[in-house]
Amino acid sequence: MSDEIRDKVVGLVAERMGVEPEQITEATHFVNDLQSDSLDMAELVIDLEEGFDLTISDEDAQKIETVGQAIEYIKQSQQQSQ
Amino acid sequence: MNVRRVVITGAGVVCPVGCSEEVVWPAILEGRSGIGIISSFDSAEFEVHIAGEVADFDPLDHFTKRELGRLDRFVQFAVVSAESAVKQAGLDLEKMDHERAGAFIGPGIGGLPELETQHSRLLNSGPRRVSPLMIPKLMTNAAAGQVAMKFGLHGPTMSVSSACASASHAMGEAYNCIRYGTADVVICGGAEAALTPTGLSGFQQAKALSTRNDDPEAASRPFDLNRDGFVMAEGAGSLVFESLEHARKRGAQILAEIAGYGASSDAYHITLPEPDGKGAALAMRNALADAKLAPEDIDYINAHGTGTPAGDGVEAKAICSVFGDHAKKLAVSSSKSVFGHLLGASGALESAACIWTMRDNVCPPTINLDDADPECCGLNFVPHQPQERQVDAVLNNSFGFGGHNVCLAFRKFTG
Repeated sequence: MSDEIRDKVVGLVAERMGVEPEQITEATHFVNDLQSDSLDMAELVIDLEEGFDLTISDEDAQKIETVGQAIEYIKQSQQQSQ
Repeated sequence: MNVRRVVITGAGVVCPVGCSEEVVWPAILEGRSGIGIISSFDSAEFEVHIAGEVADFDPLDHFTKRELGRLDRFVQFAVVSAESAVKQAGLDLEKMDHERAGAFIGPGIGGLPELETQHSRLLNSGPRRVSPLMIPKLMTNAAAGQVAMKFGLHGPTMSVSSACASASHAMGEAYNCIRYGTADVVICGGAEAALTPTGLSGFQQAKALSTRNDDPEAASRPFDLNRDGFVMAEGAGSLVFESLEHARKRGAQILAEIAGYGASSDAYHITLPEPDGKGAALAMRNALADAKLAPEDIDYINAHGTGTPAGDGVEAKAICSVFGDHAKKLAVSSSKSVFGHLLGASGALESAACIWTMRDNVCPPTINLDDADPECCGLNFVPHQPQERQVDAVLNNSFGFGGHNVCLAFRKFTG
C-alpha cells in the first residue's frame, strides 16, 4: 500500500512540474529542486486532495516542503481516517 | 514636440493557413482557404460547424509541459508569433536597452478555454478545486506579460482590448509610444483563441456567423451578395515596431514605415455599425491626416470586411465617402475571405499582409466574391485573383463590437 501512495504522489508531482518520475525522490525539495512557486504549490495541493480524496488545510500545506513530507502527510491522514 | 519616425522590422504570424510568412503569404495570394469543419470539439449541437482553426501547431514544439500549464492558447500563439517577429527583426536582446522596449498585445476576449475548464470545475467540484492559475492564465494582459517575460522587456507593456479592433489599437498605441519617445522598440499586435463551445455559442446566438456548413471554404465571402456572416478563426500576429533611429543604428532591415494612426468611436450600438459608416470614415480620415497623405496616395486598403451582411456595406460606403472618385481606382480586399476572422488578432495578421503587399506590389484577393453586392458601391475588391500593381501606401481597417474603429496607414520605406 505504501509504495502505491509513494508512486502516486511522485506521478502527480512529475505531471504538475513537467519532470520525469525518475528524477523525483523522497528528498526532492519542491522549491530548491523543482523551482516550484506558490501557484505550483497551490496546484499540487489540489492534485493531492483530488488524488487521495482528502482535505489539506493551508496550515498543513505550508509545512510540506519535500516530496517525502507529502507522502508522509498522506499516509498519516489515511491512517487517521481508518 | 519632436515626433520620431517609426518603422516595422519584423512580422510573425500564427493563423489557420499556416504559421510562417513562407506558407501564409502564398496561401493568401492563391486564395487557399483555411476554413474547415471544427475539429477541436464536437459542434453537433451548434448551428455553426465551421471555423478557421490553427492546425499546424504543436505547443510542445515551443513550450515545456510546465510552461504550458501556465499559458492559455491565445498566449501560446502570441509568444510564438512574437518569437518569429523578433527573429526576423534580428533584435539583439543582449545589447538592447530593455527599459526602452515593451509589448502591446490585444486579445479581444482573452482565455476562454481556461475560463471554461475552471468554470466546469467550480460547478462540478466546488471552489476549492478551481486552479490558482486561472486568473493569470485568462487575463487579457497575459499575452503581453508573457512576451515581456520571454524577451526581458522592461518598458511599457499592456493589453489593449477593443474586440475585433484590439490588435490595431495595440499597434496604433505602440506607434504613439515610440514616436513620442516613451520607448524605442515595441512588440505589438494581437492574439486570440476563443474558438470554444462558449465562444462559438456567443457569436452564433448573436447571429454573427456564417452557417454555410456544407461548403466551409466558400463560407467567408466578404462583399459578396450571398454573404451570411463571418467565420470564427484563431491565431496571432506580432510586429516589431521601432524608431527609425534605433533600426538604423543597429543596421536592421526595414520592412515598412508606419505612416499614420486613426481611431474613432461610433457611439451608436453594441454590435451594429453606424449605418452611414461615419465612424469608419472618421478613422480613415484621421489616419490619412496623421500620415499627411492625400486620399489619392493610397493604393490599397486591407478592409475589415468580415462578411457580415451589415458590416461590409457600411465599410464600402465609408471608403466611398472618404476617397470620392479615387475609391474606384484603389484596390480593396478582405484577407478574412481566406483565413476567417481572428477577432482581436485580425488587425495584426492583416497588417503583416499589408507589408507583404507593398513589398511585392501585389494586392491579395477577396476570394468567394462571385457576385459583388451592389450595396458595396462597386469598388475593386480584387475578386478571386491577386492583382499586380504599384503599391506604395496602404490602409488597414479594423472595427470592433462596441463601435471601435481603427485605421492604420503604412507606406513603403524609402529612406
